[in-house]
Amino acid sequence: MLEKAIKGSALYWIWLLVLLAVIGVGFGAYLQQLDQGLSVTALNRDISWGLYIAQLTFLVGVAASAVMMVIPMYLHNHKAFARMLILGEFMAVATIIMCLLFVVVDLGQPQRLWNVVLYPTPSSVLFWDMVVLNGYLFLNILIGWVTLQAERKRVGPPRWIKPFIYISIPWAISIHTVTAFLYAGLPGRDFWLTASMAPSFLASAFAAGPALLILLAFAVKIFAKWDPGREAIQSLAKIVTYALAAYLFLIGCKIFTAAYSMVPDKLAHWEYLYFGLEGHTMLSVFMWVSTAAGVSALLILLFPKNRQADNILAFACVLVLISTWIEKGMGLITAGFVPTPMKEVLTYAPTGPEILITLGIYGIGFLIITVLWKVGIGVRREIEAT
Amino acid sequence: MKNSRRKFIKFAGMAALGWSICPSLAGARSGPRQSADRLRAERWAMVIDSEKLNDELMDKCIEACHKLHNVPDIPNDQNIKWIWKEPFYNLFHDQSHGYLKDKKSIPFLSLCNHCDNPPCVRVCPTQATFSRDDGIVLMDFHRCIGCRFCMAGCPYGSRSFNYYNPRNFLDDDDLVHDYPTREMGVVEKCEFCAHLLDQGEMPACVEASEGAILFGDLNDPNSDVRKVLQERYSLVRKPKLGTDPQVYYLI
Repeated sequence: MLEKAIKGSALYWIWLLVLLAVIGVGFGAYLQQLDQGLSVTALNRDISWGLYIAQLTFLVGVAASAVMMVIPMYLHNHKAFARMLILGEFMAVATIIMCLLFVVVDLGQPQRLWNVVLYPTPSSVLFWDMVVLNGYLFLNILIGWVTLQAERKRVGPPRWIKPFIYISIPWAISIHTVTAFLYAGLPGRDFWLTASMAPSFLASAFAAGPALLILLAFAVKIFAKWDPGREAIQSLAKIVTYALAAYLFLIGCKIFTAAYSMVPDKLAHWEYLYFGLEGHTMLSVFMWVSTAAGVSALLILLFPKNRQADNILAFACVLVLISTWIEKGMGLITAGFVPTPMKEVLTYAPTGPEILITLGIYGIGFLIITVLWKVGIGVRREIEAT
Repeated sequence: MKNSRRKFIKFAGMAALGWSICPSLAGARSGPRQSADRLRAERWAMVIDSEKLNDELMDKCIEACHKLHNVPDIPNDQNIKWIWKEPFYNLFHDQSHGYLKDKKSIPFLSLCNHCDNPPCVRVCPTQATFSRDDGIVLMDFHRCIGCRFCMAGCPYGSRSFNYYNPRNFLDDDDLVHDYPTREMGVVEKCEFCAHLLDQGEMPACVEASEGAILFGDLNDPNSDVRKVLQERYSLVRKPKLGTDPQVYYLI
């Protein structure tokens, strides 16, 4: 089936070249980081995780969200997703690979990565994160490829694949739960030390993932002239709406707990996030954008008429992505570190190399999505032409 | 002649086999360098007497430690600190109030607490940081992958990461050759001078403190540290977290 990836229009090849250029620049920046160490980043003694780990956190959610199509399709026989499911699974593959790359570029000694396998440590959540992320990657490659191949041969998927599909459902939940537990179990970080971490991770994931999928589906409709189906997109839009409401609700719950209890250790992080402390206000500007974007998106999506208009739906999905990306990709990590254990307040602003490496990895992700979707859509077209 | 050669090879083979099974019999040394008068304890603990410590003494302690462990002096926030000065409020903000008699800004020494229940050890994915039987929390610089989970896990900000190649900030002529320099990309922190204890010496900061820092076995009822903790009022940092820190501050 892979041969479908090497036959494409000029536009397809130009897009791939653009992505390769972005990847090349990112790789160059990574070589600089390998040479000079993480000193090229804005990370420091107090804020020891930043842009890379934040992207990991955001993208694990996007990857997990494939389950929002698997559940309706396989547990509720919601056939509308039949055509599009493969796109969700392939997006999960690409995002998990991005996640793993973000872990690797964050390491001080990437060549020692294998130590995690050589000295397995069940007490470390990072060990489990490695297990579940790699497992989920394997599951999605397997399920995606086998079901697509079966479809191509005009037969039902083999029976042995069913258990893997069912396992992939709790497994998807597990990847984002374990990722939340990376943070939620640390005694000295009050901002993260809350049972609502995993639920709020899942809620934002199930809003952001399907929102991205809707936007990519529109892109496919325009550039590849292949329509994933109106009903599938409308179902996804409903999922985004529910998940977005849950995500905003959980943020509200967290803010209430901190604000009403007035426990300084809890409250200070939220004050830093939304108002800034001691003149460090850079993050708060973004956080207001995040909240405003999230609330507006919900107000738009609540009305069925808005969801049914492609343009408005696309706009709302962009707002959802802006809101969740700022919240996970910027706010969550930094605010967990600031105020520091010594009650110091700092600002973290990623450096040029950090941003280039991050863009490079996104380039790799989009390259994988493009190639896999090309294959998936190519096969779908083949089936539908006959 | 033939016979004796055969015997020799046999003997050599047996010897090689034996050596590979139990190298210590053949005089090969394994494990860390240990002196016969190695200092032992069931639970090492440090007691810092804030009444006796002054600014000058603290500087001496820091100097002694950082010199001994080849800690580079990096002039920005990606620096390395094993032991350093921190105002009382920053260390004990959860145990202070606005009217505390000018203690608020008084500098105290801050270092790794060698917790009995260390979160850094729990979160490390490779066991590169680990607890010794005597309670000292150590680092294996050669196993650390530099994920910095331990830094997020430490509630005391006691860990430093080598953002730079530390050797670029060290003067070759001033290097102490008894302790390794680190490479880029690994985490490090205070080790209660475990390598000195194993050679029968007390930690460098204790030696430099002129009696202001006590160090001993907390499980020994007759030790200095036990006695002084019973006699005087002391604090530990963030006791509510349950990490059970083993650096005590006499107030």
